[in-house]
Amino acid sequence: MSGHDAEHVQKALKTYLMIGVSLLIFTGITVGANQFHFVVPVAITVALIIATIKGSMVASVFMHLNQEKRWIYGALVLTVFFFIVLMTLPLFFTLDNIGTAVKAIPAAAEHTGGH
Amino acid sequence: MDMNIPYTVEERPDTGLANGKLGIWLFLASEVMLFGALFSTYIILRVGATEWPHGELNIPLGAINTVILICSSVTMVMAWASLKMHQWGRHRMFLLITVVLAIVFLVNKYFEYAAHFATGEGPWHSTFLAVYFTMTGLHGLHIIGGVIVMLYFLGPGAKLYQKNPDQFTNRIEYTGLYWHFVDLVWIFLFPVLYLL
Amino acid sequence: MDHATTHGTAAHDHAHDHAHELGFWRKYVFSLDHKVIGIQYAVTGLLFLLFGFSLMMLMRWNMAYPGRPIPLIGNWFGVDKAPGGIMLPEFYNQLGAMHGTIMVFLGVVPLAVGGFGNFVMPLQIGAPDMAFPKLNMMSYWVYFCGGMTMLASFFQKGGAAQSGWTSYPPLADINPGQTMWLIGMVFLITSSLLGSINFIVTIVQLRAKGLSYMRLPFFVWAQFVTSFLLLLAFPPLEAAGILQLMDRVAGTSFFLPSGLVVSNKIVTTMTGVAAGTGAASVASGGGNPLLWQHLFWFLAHPEVYVLILPAMGIVSEIVANNTRKPLWGYKALVYSAVFLGFMSFIVWAHHMFMTGMGTTMSAFFQTTTMIISIPSVVILTALLMSLVGASIRFNTPMLFALAFLPMFGIGGLTGLPLGLAPSDIHLHDTYYVIGHFHYVVAPGTIFALFAGVYYWFPKATGRKMNEMLGQLHFWTSFVTINLVFFPMFIEGLAGMNRRMYDGGAQYAHNKAVLHWNVVQGYAAWALGLAQLFFIINFFMSIKWGKAVDRNPWEATTLEWSAPSPPPHGNFLSEPIVYRAPYEYSVPGAAKDFTPQFEPERA
Repeated sequence: MSGHDAEHVQKALKTYLMIGVSLLIFTGITVGANQFHFVVPVAITVALIIATIKGSMVASVFMHLNQEKRWIYGALVLTVFFFIVLMTLPLFFTLDNIGTAVKAIPAAAEHTGGH
Repeated sequence: MDMNIPYTVEERPDTGLANGKLGIWLFLASEVMLFGALFSTYIILRVGATEWPHGELNIPLGAINTVILICSSVTMVMAWASLKMHQWGRHRMFLLITVVLAIVFLVNKYFEYAAHFATGEGPWHSTFLAVYFTMTGLHGLHIIGGVIVMLYFLGPGAKLYQKNPDQFTNRIEYTGLYWHFVDLVWIFLFPVLYLL
Repeated sequence: MDHATTHGTAAHDHAHDHAHELGFWRKYVFSLDHKVIGIQYAVTGLLFLLFGFSLMMLMRWNMAYPGRPIPLIGNWFGVDKAPGGIMLPEFYNQLGAMHGTIMVFLGVVPLAVGGFGNFVMPLQIGAPDMAFPKLNMMSYWVYFCGGMTMLASFFQKGGAAQSGWTSYPPLADINPGQTMWLIGMVFLITSSLLGSINFIVTIVQLRAKGLSYMRLPFFVWAQFVTSFLLLLAFPPLEAAGILQLMDRVAGTSFFLPSGLVVSNKIVTTMTGVAAGTGAASVASGGGNPLLWQHLFWFLAHPEVYVLILPAMGIVSEIVANNTRKPLWGYKALVYSAVFLGFMSFIVWAHHMFMTGMGTTMSAFFQTTTMIISIPSVVILTALLMSLVGASIRFNTPMLFALAFLPMFGIGGLTGLPLGLAPSDIHLHDTYYVIGHFHYVVAPGTIFALFAGVYYWFPKATGRKMNEMLGQLHFWTSFVTINLVFFPMFIEGLAGMNRRMYDGGAQYAHNKAVLHWNVVQGYAAWALGLAQLFFIINFFMSIKWGKAVDRNPWEATTLEWSAPSPPPHGNFLSEPIVYRAPYEYSVPGAAKDFTPQFEPERA
């Protein structure tokens, strides 16, 4: 059964345990990084990077994604693409005033300044 | 009414997959979009907010829960691995430990929620808490669902191992995939809600 | 493969024994057989279509004769919906919201995907059943629960949902009826998700020997792409539904902006009640109504392709069969369907041009919307080209399939000014939009679905439907349906808004086009009566239709190799595919069709 026979699994046991320990360490790092009080964009980036590393470990080792078949990869790639669309496009709406002429009335300009 | 559906246990040669394996991954893909929509909600509401609370959540408890869930992922994969190595007793032990860890997670969440409700701060209190309760609540429902499935495989479902050990092993594998996904969501939820 | 052949017959015998063992409930109600489940979906879907149609009839009355008591049945609705038989605006809104919801989610999709997909697809790929029969059965019953929830919502205090099928907050957050709608939607979405997983795994894993992807009937490709749309696009709406439920039940403000004032009062929620203080207090605010729109349309745009793709699949099968030649541009059809499915995820904001988005986002979505019209045109062109040089058989399924083509053409073309922001400014939320989407779904998809019923009825029952009644059904429906929907373009261009309980009578700018409401009312009645030909034919033919054998249409795809109706396990011997799906009029062949399942002559 495609690399998942008893012998392979026996060898993989050690890997599972090591990944488990790594995940715990990275969790510690996540909490530790929080103590540094980075500026929000940096904090987000750091947190997401660490989470992505942890997530990739879970996905590739525990969920066997590193040995999975093309259909699974294909479905996941498609999903990840749409996931990114869902994350980013609505955000662009809120940030979009590019190209929109903002002709503020002088009094109102004081309120809108700084965004 | 046992229709003989091919590739229920053995893999189809050209895809290399059994039906259930493809099925559970497709389900997980839909779950990615489900939680994705909630993360998108979080992003939109936070970007649009004039202020966003910090320090309202119990970070140590959240971190402990993260540790618990990671350990449960390890025991879950061990439960499946034991089956692959035909070690029924160890499989049962690991699966049971996974269930216990999951329940501890839920108990911790109960304490967290109770602490908030005690001060009258439920999901209605702010958009931050609304997002927190909804995302962790939905995640918690997924944990409960996983526990139910695991209890089934510890209980009445275990009989299948006698009849068709390969099919049972596959089902444990699929349960494990679901469980790892639930862990994965928490790996992102914890920093996003508790730390950022 | 001999093993599989004996397996096939063994399975047949084995299952046959089982079928004798199964009681009435396991055989007909909680069946695991995809054919039974398909018929359950189809019949339930047709009944909901009829119900949704009658909701529209009520609306049409008030639009044609606002303020006049509903004749005959006016007193059925009670004083909170239609006192003295005169429809309240709130009731009109309920009818409108539920008409849309029921037609889309309880009618068309269950029939097109749950009904036709379930019944035909496994047969067309040579499978004994779906990959997960138990999941299939569950999907139907969850849909059924969702449907019952939606129907029950009419009877709760305050009535059914009345904020449009689009359920926009802040109105939907605070309007009555919405909670049950949301619960119903959760059921329906779950049903769809489970179904889509089943479809994809079945198509990938259970194709017969020799059935490569590029030998699949286009109907199967259409269902395949549709299933991916359902799988990936529905979850955000499920999430949004949960969020709106939280707003209504848990006092959150996901969609309620700060300081919202309605009818001179600040919006309150369950806040105080939930906190046990007993007093309602102010919603926390900070929510974003546009967030709902994004999550809703992220689903609802792919949803419209869920509505059209199965229909295109059905029309393709029937066109190939009744032109006695292969479909023109099979590869183009397949690539277009896949591309269409992909693009459908990145066009959704063309439903939101009027929400104040900046020009960059507007340009992006206008561009993707224009791009997505290309595969639709390719598909329509391929089908039209399939007619060139053909020996057309004008039977009932073919009449409906042929009508689909220009009707979909009108629907599609009228979408173009809506997809471009400058023209959309004038047309948004007018009757032009209603005309556009009804053309695609009503004389478009529903005609294709009728075509499918006439076409596959013999496979499901072993009898053909009556041809004369079928022709009557077609011609009367075709004429009346155009009379209902075409005037909507005229009304819309004149600026008549949609969702007006009095048909726009209160606005002076509508005066010149108001009379069309009366025309449409009569036409709708006639359209409804025309369906009697279908209903009578359907039931009569089950008992007294002309008995037919396996392949009455002399078609080439796999389902026609099974007995009519097919037994459990579908095929008496293992199906093997030898060629492409539409080998009609092969030069040098003895007959004008060479089925996929017929071996090569030695």
